[in-house]
Amino acid sequence: MKQATPLTITNAQLVTPAGIVRGAIRCAEGVIAALGADVSAQDGDAALDARGKLIAPGLVDLCVFAVDKPAFHFGGITRAALMPDQSPPLDLPSRVGFIAKSGKPDLWVHPLAAATRGLEGSELAELALMQQAGARGIATGRRWIADSGVMLWLLQYAAMLDLVVVAHAEDAGLAGSAVATSGEIATRLGLPAAPAEAEALAIARDIALADLAGAKLHFRQVTTAQGFDLVRAAKARGLPVTCGITPAHFMLSDLATADYRTFARIAPPLRSEADRQAARAAIADGTVDVIASGHDPRGPEDKRLPFADAAPGMAGAETLLAMTLNLVRDDVIDLPRVFDLLARNPARLLGVAAGELAEGHEADLALIDPDAPWIIDRRKMEATADNTPFDRQGAQGRVLGLWKGGVKVAA
Amino acid sequence: MSANDLSAPSGRFPAGRMAFPHRDLTAISQLERHEILYLLDQAEQWVELNRQSAKHTDLLSGLTIINAFFENSTRTLLSFEIAGKRLGADVVNMHAATSSVKKGETLIDTAITLNAMRADAIVIRHGSSGATGLIADKVDCPVLNAGDGSHEHPTQALLDALTLRHALDERGEASEDFTGLKVVICGDILHSRVARSNILCLTALGADVRVCAPPALMPSGIEAMGVSVSHNFDAAIKGVDVVMMLRLQAERMSGQFIPSAREYRHLYGLTKARLALADAEALVMHPGPMNRGVEIDSEVADMDTRSLITRQVEMGVAIRMACLDILTRGARGVEGWS
Repeated sequence: MKQATPLTITNAQLVTPAGIVRGAIRCAEGVIAALGADVSAQDGDAALDARGKLIAPGLVDLCVFAVDKPAFHFGGITRAALMPDQSPPLDLPSRVGFIAKSGKPDLWVHPLAAATRGLEGSELAELALMQQAGARGIATGRRWIADSGVMLWLLQYAAMLDLVVVAHAEDAGLAGSAVATSGEIATRLGLPAAPAEAEALAIARDIALADLAGAKLHFRQVTTAQGFDLVRAAKARGLPVTCGITPAHFMLSDLATADYRTFARIAPPLRSEADRQAARAAIADGTVDVIASGHDPRGPEDKRLPFADAAPGMAGAETLLAMTLNLVRDDVIDLPRVFDLLARNPARLLGVAAGELAEGHEADLALIDPDAPWIIDRRKMEATADNTPFDRQGAQGRVLGLWKGGVKVAA
Repeated sequence: MSANDLSAPSGRFPAGRMAFPHRDLTAISQLERHEILYLLDQAEQWVELNRQSAKHTDLLSGLTIINAFFENSTRTLLSFEIAGKRLGADVVNMHAATSSVKKGETLIDTAITLNAMRADAIVIRHGSSGATGLIADKVDCPVLNAGDGSHEHPTQALLDALTLRHALDERGEASEDFTGLKVVICGDILHSRVARSNILCLTALGADVRVCAPPALMPSGIEAMGVSVSHNFDAAIKGVDVVMMLRLQAERMSGQFIPSAREYRHLYGLTKARLALADAEALVMHPGPMNRGVEIDSEVADMDTRSLITRQVEMGVAIRMACLDILTRGARGVEGWS
């Protein structure tokens, strides 16, 4: 669906990387034609009065496990990077090509190629052919690649293709079949647990290998104080290392699992309160580059189980923006940085001209009331499943309208 | 004996339901000190009854108790079955161990099925921590936890407490609780639900509890449960009044956690020589079944005056009778318990 009529949204607070600009934004032929205080609607434009609300870039979600359009649109997400952990896995060019077209026109899905065949961690998949078919990055999947030799070849190959490698940071030998982080809560509950250091071990190795290979390395989720320290140090050395987190790890600690609530069963598992605080500090000081939903809707067949038997994952797309806006109210970050984390940085990692309000970029826009109060209610969710750990919590921030390529797609 | 006599308040406890205001018994962590003492007091009458030749009452006559065991068990299942039968209930055993019924939706479906059959109490053992609580949420009758994963085994801790109380009483050391009593629990603390329930129960009753295990079998953060931690059994056993040994699963002593059974015995086995480091009168306990010659030597396990191991089995029936009695009082219309 190509944008037929130019659109001008006036009386908006435009969230640009440089700051909030009061003014208007004009989109034509699917891209942002102009924005600023002196922009106005031209003859024949469709016009909309934003009534002083925010116009921000549509969110670019890095990463998700399922394509769930109603939930993404509710959450203001216009692009999502899909993890290769599908059934069957995205380890062939044909599968990648199919996924790359699957969401259009109103949602762009950027497939991440499986690093290894079947995500087994042993043989490299056809990465260049998958890149040609539309893969925007490479991911190791839910698992860590245990063999350091395979990981080095992967990073060297990815560097040659100029694709980012999205890695899972949990040493598999230490993590084993753990479903919780070692500590008082896991001990009281009698749950299989692994030390938080499993993350730092994996990060330290992968940074060393990425340095050797000259590759761009993105840790999908960093969740521990030691993990953030390693990423912080790598950045200080100028390495192209980035990291992400999901709201669960900066909003919740392992206390949330105390009643065996399987909606709080996620991977990596929830950490201690000290690690949660370290996550907030790492978001504040710029160590964290991306906040993602990790959207993984799971029905009762996967979740109405004893904790250790339940599948990990949470439905996060609808709550991603509101949970991240909490960080503004708590003075951790400001509004422009929210959209760096949710849109601009992930778009850059994927190499797509989107994720910020700038002339020539795709007109993926979200009209947002950052203060609108609502109650997260799992019975009223748009997602294909209701597994949110934030059920019945109050939240602020709603998407009032969403445009993909200048065409309205929701609300 | 009439039902009302059995449940009459003893004076030390609140009247009626307030003495034990729980529908289920899923974990010691849910209980207050006085509730534990109430359960122990209530079990005394069943200890007496069980020592008579006619061991039957009709207290639970007409009630159906289902023992749903999703994990293999001989002694706990038998103990619950005898407890239910001695109280006059109709007891049905459901073995679903290890086979097809492992997946969770089946677990909830099973719970709903049992509920539809109008059980008056369900006793559950399951291999996953928290499984009993999950089932308790789905059924309308009282649920008793007979062991869930590495979480809790509350009736084991209660029977151990009752056993200790009797043993101390016979020595003329009777007291309201275990204040000042030094207990060491040694073995696979990491995987042991018996250890967790006993830690909670013994510390609630005032005991000074030490836990001892090799580092790989010691869960992190256990100090937060109010115990002291040691990896050296010779040091931990010094001067204790009670030595509580845990069973070590065979699959955990063949290189994964422990190099070998004989090496485990070398470091953590309760030998006569090691027991000599404890208090001269120290009592020995083990939840069974024992690996004789591994975690405990036969000459220790079979010591007449010191080993409480068979006494633990005896008290198990009495404790389970008390639990079944108390949890069904509401359904039976006992005054003050509706």
